[in-house]
Amino acid sequence: MNDMRILERDVHTKATKIKGDKVQVYYGENHAIKDVDIEIEDNTVTAFIGPSGCGKSTFLRCLNRMNDTIDGCRVKGEITLDDENIYDNKVDPVQLRAKVGMVFQKPNPFPKSIYDNVAYGPRIHGLAQNKSELDDIVEKSLRRGAIWEEVKDRLDAPGTGLSGGQQQRLCIARAVATEPEVLLMDEPCSALDPIATAQVEELIDELRANYSVVIVTHSMQQAARVSQKTAFFHLGHLVEFNETGEIFTNPRDPRTESYITGRIG
Amino acid sequence: MTDATASEPAPNKTKSSILELDDRTKKRNAAEARFKFYGMLAVGTGVFALLLLLISILSQGIPAFFQTYIKVDITLTESALDPSGNRDPEEISKVMTFSYDPIINDSLLHLAEELNAQHPEMTVPELQDQLQGMISAAAKGILRQNVIANPNLIGQTVEYEFLTSGRIDAYMKGNIDREQAELDSNVTPQQLDIADWMVEEGDIETRFNWDFITAPDASELRPEAAGLGVALIGSAYMMLIVFCLALPIGVAASIYLEEFAPKNWVTDLIEVNISNLAAVPSIVFGILGLAIFINYMGLPNSSSLVGGLVLTLMTLPTIIISTRASLKSVPPSIRDAALGVGASKMQAIFHHVLPLAAPGILTGTIIGLAQALGETAPLLLIGMVAFVNNYPASILDPATALPVQVYNFTQRSDPAFVERASGAIIVLLIFLLCMNLIAIILRRRFERRW
Repeated sequence: MNDMRILERDVHTKATKIKGDKVQVYYGENHAIKDVDIEIEDNTVTAFIGPSGCGKSTFLRCLNRMNDTIDGCRVKGEITLDDENIYDNKVDPVQLRAKVGMVFQKPNPFPKSIYDNVAYGPRIHGLAQNKSELDDIVEKSLRRGAIWEEVKDRLDAPGTGLSGGQQQRLCIARAVATEPEVLLMDEPCSALDPIATAQVEELIDELRANYSVVIVTHSMQQAARVSQKTAFFHLGHLVEFNETGEIFTNPRDPRTESYITGRIG
Repeated sequence: MTDATASEPAPNKTKSSILELDDRTKKRNAAEARFKFYGMLAVGTGVFALLLLLISILSQGIPAFFQTYIKVDITLTESALDPSGNRDPEEISKVMTFSYDPIINDSLLHLAEELNAQHPEMTVPELQDQLQGMISAAAKGILRQNVIANPNLIGQTVEYEFLTSGRIDAYMKGNIDREQAELDSNVTPQQLDIADWMVEEGDIETRFNWDFITAPDASELRPEAAGLGVALIGSAYMMLIVFCLALPIGVAASIYLEEFAPKNWVTDLIEVNISNLAAVPSIVFGILGLAIFINYMGLPNSSSLVGGLVLTLMTLPTIIISTRASLKSVPPSIRDAALGVGASKMQAIFHHVLPLAAPGILTGTIIGLAQALGETAPLLLIGMVAFVNNYPASILDPATALPVQVYNFTQRSDPAFVERASGAIIVLLIFLLCMNLIAIILRRRFERRW
């Protein structure tokens, strides 16, 4: 995809998938996220950018309650998924995470076979009635992860034996195997070389057709390449949230401008 | 990037050659060489001490696996063993061990006559008298059991191989000579002469002695018959109990503490106490076992069950600490991955974390078991130090353990027990070696990279 065409990219207004309202996150005494209001749309790639420690990953992890696993982390305010508060007492985070899948910074396949890596989610959620259905899900997911052609002959090989880029695509396939509605990606390409990065970026663009994708990235070029909407975080504040083209060509806030031109961060 | 340009090299710095060592470098190199030397010295001392220990144990203990046997033709006279002549096993078993003494003595007359024919310097009664002292006190017991098992042997002359007395055995192994025999009330120089003659005839020989491993303990009257059978069974029972109790309890406790328990002062307190328990002297656990399992719960003392329970308590902290360490060492990315696809916490732990932690858990468990296997002090307090002559049929029967058996052997005055103590140590070490080997194999087998 060409950077030069970001202005011409057409962005349709779509249904809101995730809505954050006055979200505050505390790590013990540390106030990490302050007053974030955001609306993340369906079938859109939303990029979170910002300098290290600005809270973009923290906010991403709030969206599927992965922060619950961190001691001393508290979330205030309201985050809704399809108008349902995900921090409601009645919500079981396990059920939520089946709907909101996640891909991590470092490729982290299970030390099991490629097949088992992908089949694990569907198995624990009971998505397949029998072996052939499971086979179908695995194949479909690996195809969506754009890795099927490379691994179809060695599904029994360990997932950890793949190259870094393949591992990350395997992790994406694993995440989509549970049929989530939202896919969160925390710097998915930071451990990958440029070629693998290009493959994953292409994949992210394809995934947009079925999912709402939220991606945290350190690379502004990557945000410009893959996303339709970009949110700029700085020191725990959501400074600016707009269409990607606008953010990169016509930032409203001086801090955004400083960041994207390389003066801060 | 800064605007500053590279500065000029400092003008007054003396130029040095890298081909020459300056004083500081020489000092540093010397310090490094000294440290390496100290390190090698330390390792060398350790290896030397270990070798010394192994050599002394092996040289003393290996003879315990060999025993000297004497061939004797025994005439099982009917009048003494089965006066009624109906071969009724019940009646035969009424004949006490004591009554077999004359049978052996009478049979020795024949042997004495044979020896006298070749060596006329000793008279037949003299020879017979000496021969009596050369046969183990265990012989009559063995003979009686054999006759009860096969009543049809009565009336026949059967060739038996009995153990020789401990002193003759020691002579055959080169542990005593004629001068010592002069002073020893248990052996005479004449017996040593007879032993020499019989070796020439092939009637006395030394060979591998399975009984040392399988037979029960024996008293000081017949050290040559003492074995490790009861101790081995007792130790095996206890290891089984410790494994079955300590592994599940320890792993469950560690998983709960590591993964589920809230982090507050209660769990901190528990954690500190577990670490302290691991350092509590084992004899304290013995007192605990005596008070709780025997005095309060009324479990039979000297039993493997109580021993196993005490050792379980002692092993638990070791297992919990090593299990928690191996759970901690599983990278958090694996947990995140499992939680990220919607696994519950328990699924994430049991499907992903536990398999990865398994090699560490198993290694810790086996190290704990090995520690328990070598433990003596707590067992002394619960009565497992007793002399046990019957094989324990269940975990409730009195038994003893390998290290306790070693302690027992060393308490006895007869020198024949010196080699048996070392021999028991060899058996114990072989067991420990096997357990460590299993630990290594399991670690290799389960180890996976992530």
